[in-house]
Amino acid sequence: MKNILGRKVGMTSVFTDDGRYVPVTVIEAGPCTVVERRTKEKHGYESVAIAFGDIKKSRVSRALAGHYKKNDAEPKRYVREFRNDIDGIEPGQTITVASFEPGDRVDVVGISKGHGFSGGIKRHNFSGGGASHGSMIHRQPASNGDTNAGRTVKGSRRPGHFGVDRTTHQNLEIVRADAERNLLLVRGPIPGPKNALVVVRKSVKHA
Amino acid sequence: MNVIDVLNQEQRKESVPEFRPGDTVKVYSKVVEGGKERVQMFEGVVTVRKGGGAQESITVRRVAHGVGVEKSFLVHSPRVDRIEVSKRGIVRRSRLYYLTEKIGKAARIKEKKAAR
Repeated sequence: MKNILGRKVGMTSVFTDDGRYVPVTVIEAGPCTVVERRTKEKHGYESVAIAFGDIKKSRVSRALAGHYKKNDAEPKRYVREFRNDIDGIEPGQTITVASFEPGDRVDVVGISKGHGFSGGIKRHNFSGGGASHGSMIHRQPASNGDTNAGRTVKGSRRPGHFGVDRTTHQNLEIVRADAERNLLLVRGPIPGPKNALVVVRKSVKHA
Repeated sequence: MNVIDVLNQEQRKESVPEFRPGDTVKVYSKVVEGGKERVQMFEGVVTVRKGGGAQESITVRRVAHGVGVEKSFLVHSPRVDRIEVSKRGIVRRSRLYYLTEKIGKAARIKEKKAAR
């Protein structure tokens, strides 16, 4: 199963075996325990729930603790469900990065970094006005549209809260999977701040 | 040490000879040619040495058939087989960009003679 939960550690670059020096994001992934198997007959769909991250036992609610106990698993901090590539996965199994290989393609889901209340330039890649020669429109949104319309078109892009969205980066290449240290090296950036939870899934686009 | 520092440390080669800009070095790099791998040598003056850790790179300059050629190498790349120092030069700058404009005798670098 090429699905796992992890913690974003940060970015660096590594040499690949063929001599390229590639930018990578380091993810500390797993070991995750399988806590539940959902089936078509009982739940209406097939899925596997896996858990990751240490947590104090006293912080786990009774209800959740019972849920873990039912499936003979230690309580963990995060639980996420996966619906693809789950054949033969049963509760109690442990999932590590050993199932990944260099060259595999994955999608990485994270919560993007918060940027607060941001203007159009940062939030929507607006180009902004001229800096000098008396332009007087620097980083403003400027025109809001046609005066004949007499109203603002719905859905127009405005300044506002930016970031802290669930974001998926698709089709990222696995550069290295280090089973000894539970590290997954993914080519390029992934969403979210350091130490945040990231969900690594088998790529939906790549066959 | 955090994970990223450990990874960077592992990328580095155990030993790289000591050299600095102004020195003449031979860089032996592995090239794949027609499906075969062989080692190619490039000799010239180190004009720039920059970056730290595994990212460290050097730029080597030589004049080949009257044309100035500059090649840059990642010092810790597995593609760079080894580096040998052939001459020590005396220079007063860390980046020898001025060599690009000099030709012939003006582009010479004083050699540091080993102390006897």
